[in-house]
Amino acid sequence: MLESLLAPGGLVLLRDSVEWEGRSLLKALIKKSALCGEQVHILGCEVSEEEFREGFDSNINSRLVYHDLFRDPLNWSKTGEALPGGPLEALRALCRRTDPVPVTIALDSLSWLLLHLPCTTLCQTLHALSRQDSCHGDSSPGEQVHVLGLLHEELHGPGPLGALSSLAQTEVTLSGVMGQASAHILYRRPQQRPTHQLPCETQWFSILPDFSLELQGGPPLESQPNPDPRTPSTDPTTHLTFNLHLSKKEREAKDSLTLPFQFSSEKALGPSSTDVPKVIWAWVEPDQTLEKWPCLQAAVLRGQEARWTAGSTAPWAEPGYQPHFL
Amino acid sequence: MFPELNNLLNTTPDQAEQGKLTLLCDAKTDGSFLVHHFLSFYLKANCKVCFVALIQSFSHYNIVGQKLGVSLTTARECGQLVFLEGLKSAVDIFFRPQEDPHPLQFLREANSGNLQPLYEFVQEALKPMDSGEAAWRCPVLLVDDLSVLLSLGVGAVAVLDFVHYCRATVCREQKGNVVALVHDSGDAEDEENDILLNGLGHQSHLILRAEGLATGFCKDVHGQLRILWRRPSQPTAQRDRSLTYQYKIQDKNVSFFAKGMSPAVL
Repeated sequence: MLESLLAPGGLVLLRDSVEWEGRSLLKALIKKSALCGEQVHILGCEVSEEEFREGFDSNINSRLVYHDLFRDPLNWSKTGEALPGGPLEALRALCRRTDPVPVTIALDSLSWLLLHLPCTTLCQTLHALSRQDSCHGDSSPGEQVHVLGLLHEELHGPGPLGALSSLAQTEVTLSGVMGQASAHILYRRPQQRPTHQLPCETQWFSILPDFSLELQGGPPLESQPNPDPRTPSTDPTTHLTFNLHLSKKEREAKDSLTLPFQFSSEKALGPSSTDVPKVIWAWVEPDQTLEKWPCLQAAVLRGQEARWTAGSTAPWAEPGYQPHFL
Repeated sequence: MFPELNNLLNTTPDQAEQGKLTLLCDAKTDGSFLVHHFLSFYLKANCKVCFVALIQSFSHYNIVGQKLGVSLTTARECGQLVFLEGLKSAVDIFFRPQEDPHPLQFLREANSGNLQPLYEFVQEALKPMDSGEAAWRCPVLLVDDLSVLLSLGVGAVAVLDFVHYCRATVCREQKGNVVALVHDSGDAEDEENDILLNGLGHQSHLILRAEGLATGFCKDVHGQLRILWRRPSQPTAQRDRSLTYQYKIQDKNVSFFAKGMSPAVL
């Protein structure tokens, strides 16, 4: 369950994407830690302190310590506002902190750190950071360090992603369907997860304006394969004015029917055949000839128009023409 | 500026949001109409604009701007527009002493490390003015386009750092806006461009993605525009955060319509 993500301690990876951002979930988990009375240290690399604190009430904000790497991470401004030692020293300083209360450390984001630090250095520091309680040795089991790392997974290759995954206790991969966000949770240390939980599960959720987490049941199953919310899900064949399918009898009747444009030897027999019409009414352009009317040619040959041959002007195209019975 | 696009984004020059990064992206089509829109939008909004133009000349942007009702020449003369013409500067830099600072200094360096000189140029161009000058509403940085920097040998992380610093200065300190165009090559092997595109996607508040039609060229529908609001000030249902419209570029305007609802089709 999403609410118990922080229970085992250690590193929790929040893997997000451009489409499904994970900072809201990170802030929701931070709020939960703060409400539990924990001190929360945030290493902020991607958003300003004001933007990060936006949405939290003063009670929560008082428990947050923001280490600002956003303002001048590479010391370009030379105004003395940069954290001394750059990102690596800022991370190591978090390892050395001595808080009297349980602590949550949020890294916003691991991606920024991974783009600016060697992967091995970052992994070693993260390992030290998430094992502080065991290093100090004097913390009680309830005072574990929770490390939350936001990771933009499109930015990294499989190597760094695999290294970070192997360090994590829990991985949460964000995605969604039909505008509904979901979190796929993978517990990588099964022996440390609560006994009633599966090694992996999917949880549907939404984040409220005050960064409270609201668990949901997920979208209806029939709509899940349909990524476009505007596509209607009703059956398009319900109100048709014709039959889409034929019965056996109707199919036989259809197959036995000879259509007017189908040529057959019976039609070519002329007036003796019952299928040939007795009167032909036709209108053609004056320059049109018998060549363009092969069926008609066969029919009129026995009549008075027998003199009409291919290449000559049709009799009915001549002035004063009266139709004849064949 | 295209009024229909303003309607889709629910904004007007009088009510332009501040402190935002807007990412413009084009895939299998030309998304420069979005650059022209935002250039004329912010000039009409009375903002101070720094335009880093690496693709076209000043006269090109000026001609298009005049069609959209703004004069870049006038804006530059009155100090509203600071125009860095990359095509000219790229040549100038080789005929000046090496010690003179230049925004495109990376062109002279074998190992183009970072874009700090370009950032300092932007910072200087948009710094708050003395009280004697005209007061502009808010500063805006416009870049057309960032993919060119990759082609010139700058690394994706260096470009991301440049945008990061511009965001810290323009968006956070000065409460202005940053708008940048990036091409999506669609090539899975172009890792640098992918890192740049996705990295900027994670930094941005709004993404406008112009795409060519999957069915190919069409006379009456020139492409589709996908709008993704990434960081709403209040977390909302994500259903309404992403919208897709089709568009047709006309002489002085762009018309937008729902998918499959082109007037030429109906």
